Amino acid sequence: MGTAELLWNGLAALLTLFIFSFLYRDNVFYKFAERLVAGVSAGYWTILLYHTSFTDKVIVPIFEQQHYWYIIPSILGIMMWTRFSRKWAWLSRISLAFYIGIATGVALPIAMYASIYRQLQASMVSISLDWAGINSALVTIGLLCSLAYFYFSKEHDGWFGGISRVGIYTLMIGFGAGFGLTVMGRISLLIDRVLFLKDYVLTLFGA
Amino acid sequence: MDRLKLIPLIVLSALLVFIINADAGAQEEAPADTAEIVKPAPPQNVRVVDNPNDNGHYLLIRWDPSPDEGKGDNDVMGYNIYRSDKPDGEYRQMGTMPVGFYEYEDGSEEEVLAGEKNLEYMEIGETYYYKLTSVTPQDVESEFTEPVSGVPTADWFHAGKLSYFIALFLYISLVLYFIKAAKSGQKLYIRPLGGIEAIDNAIGRATEMGRPILFVLGTGTASDIATIAGYTILGRVARKTAEYQIPVLVPVNEPVMMSVAQETVRNAYIEAGRPDLYDEKNIPYVTAMQFPYVAAVNGIMIREKTATNFYMGLFHAEALLLAETGATTGAIQISGTDQPSQLPFFIAATDFTLIGEELYAASAYLSGQPLLLGPLKAQDYAKALLIVIMVIGLITMTIGWSFWYDLFSTNIT
Repeated sequence: MGTAELLWNGLAALLTLFIFSFLYRDNVFYKFAERLVAGVSAGYWTILLYHTSFTDKVIVPIFEQQHYWYIIPSILGIMMWTRFSRKWAWLSRISLAFYIGIATGVALPIAMYASIYRQLQASMVSISLDWAGINSALVTIGLLCSLAYFYFSKEHDGWFGGISRVGIYTLMIGFGAGFGLTVMGRISLLIDRVLFLKDYVLTLFGA
Repeated sequence: MDRLKLIPLIVLSALLVFIINADAGAQEEAPADTAEIVKPAPPQNVRVVDNPNDNGHYLLIRWDPSPDEGKGDNDVMGYNIYRSDKPDGEYRQMGTMPVGFYEYEDGSEEEVLAGEKNLEYMEIGETYYYKLTSVTPQDVESEFTEPVSGVPTADWFHAGKLSYFIALFLYISLVLYFIKAAKSGQKLYIRPLGGIEAIDNAIGRATEMGRPILFVLGTGTASDIATIAGYTILGRVARKTAEYQIPVLVPVNEPVMMSVAQETVRNAYIEAGRPDLYDEKNIPYVTAMQFPYVAAVNGIMIREKTATNFYMGLFHAEALLLAETGATTGAIQISGTDQPSQLPFFIAATDFTLIGEELYAASAYLSGQPLLLGPLKAQDYAKALLIVIMVIGLITMTIGWSFWYDLFSTNIT
């Protein structure tokens, strides 16, 4: 490890310890690390957006490729800047409405495909009299009961309440499994960071 | 005796000489074998058609196999596809397809890639010419086929999405019907949701303690459905905080989201009759990067001592980090997201959680507006219909009929 790398890794190790210090309580080291990382990332993101959005989607298409229809979305973008003027701020609402409306419209068929059609396909299975069939039947019952839980037009009492309760138990079983899986992933991240610190300390003392 | 010992040595030497000569003969004959390169027959019946349901920058090239495919020395390994913009112009190789695949999608909508002209780019309405060749495993290429042309055209409608169109049309009809019913005064029942009822209590607690409320819209984008549902709940919360005169802090991670959140809170304060209390600085842009954003929001929780934390929107890995920090500060926490992977953490670390669609229902329930109640009722009817479709699918698949399954096995990708 060269001197420069040693210094940079030292800084990374120090900042990691500063962030870990939050586990004890809020303190000046954590505040320093927090503001440094938030500030640096905001600056980095600004430059990244400048290149990926402004250069690639405004400068290049309009001035280099002469695709003048890009002026229309550019005007919508400029209208967002009217928020700084009390008199003209209402113009920015047009851009916002356009942006959210288009995004929702584009998302609809994809959501229909991923959330409804694909789910329907996966749920239409043949039920056989073996373990695989019993598994499919259990999943199907859980699925139908979970759907009933998200039925808002009827009070969840009586027989419907029972079905709904089976639905929420099914969801909780799924969430429990998801929780365990993710905690394992987080522990891996922690181990990775602790190993980084250990390696750095060993390198520092020439081990 | 010594002569007898020489016999095996002589036999061995003779054998060695014979082998060397035989090998030399073979090497001399080798050029005679490779001199006769047999070219395979080219593919047959090449067709070029417009790629259906696209934006007009792609063509499909189809062909029938070469007659030499699967035969002897000039067996065919694959097919090369060449393109030119003139029938007798220079043809450029666009791709190769292995044996067994007799269709190639050519084209690109990107005119420039990494600052350089993209040679795969295809102009809408231009004519492109194609020639194909067959290739053997020894890389021997057949003669070119005759040029065949095609014109890429853009399509207004995606025929593969017709069933979606019908489903959406039916759903929107239901939505409009229920909106009309709600507007005409018909009472549309929505069951109470635990998390929703806790919202007013949580705001009341913050008022009693004289501390601010934190509202986190997640790390999605301004146009995510969950974020949009979050705006509605934010509007309701902001209206209450305006009435009770306590600040609501909304640190956001996206500039557009900041603008929408500011608009939402400003309108809520105007509706509550307290536009003077609105402070734009309470809705700051922090950073777009996930974990620096978390570090900053955690800092706000600790330093501002927020009494109530709301997490409503699209969340990723930061869900637990935020909710756990909030729990250590003793704040009442109400969460809601449509991300199944993050719901376990909110359920574990917050006091009330709106699970998936409850988040959307919450915004309708809180507003009580016909415009939002109508879609919620329509969703319930759509869900009932989906259950029926699923049960029919299960029955038909179990008895071995796949027609019902096929009806819903459309693919739009």
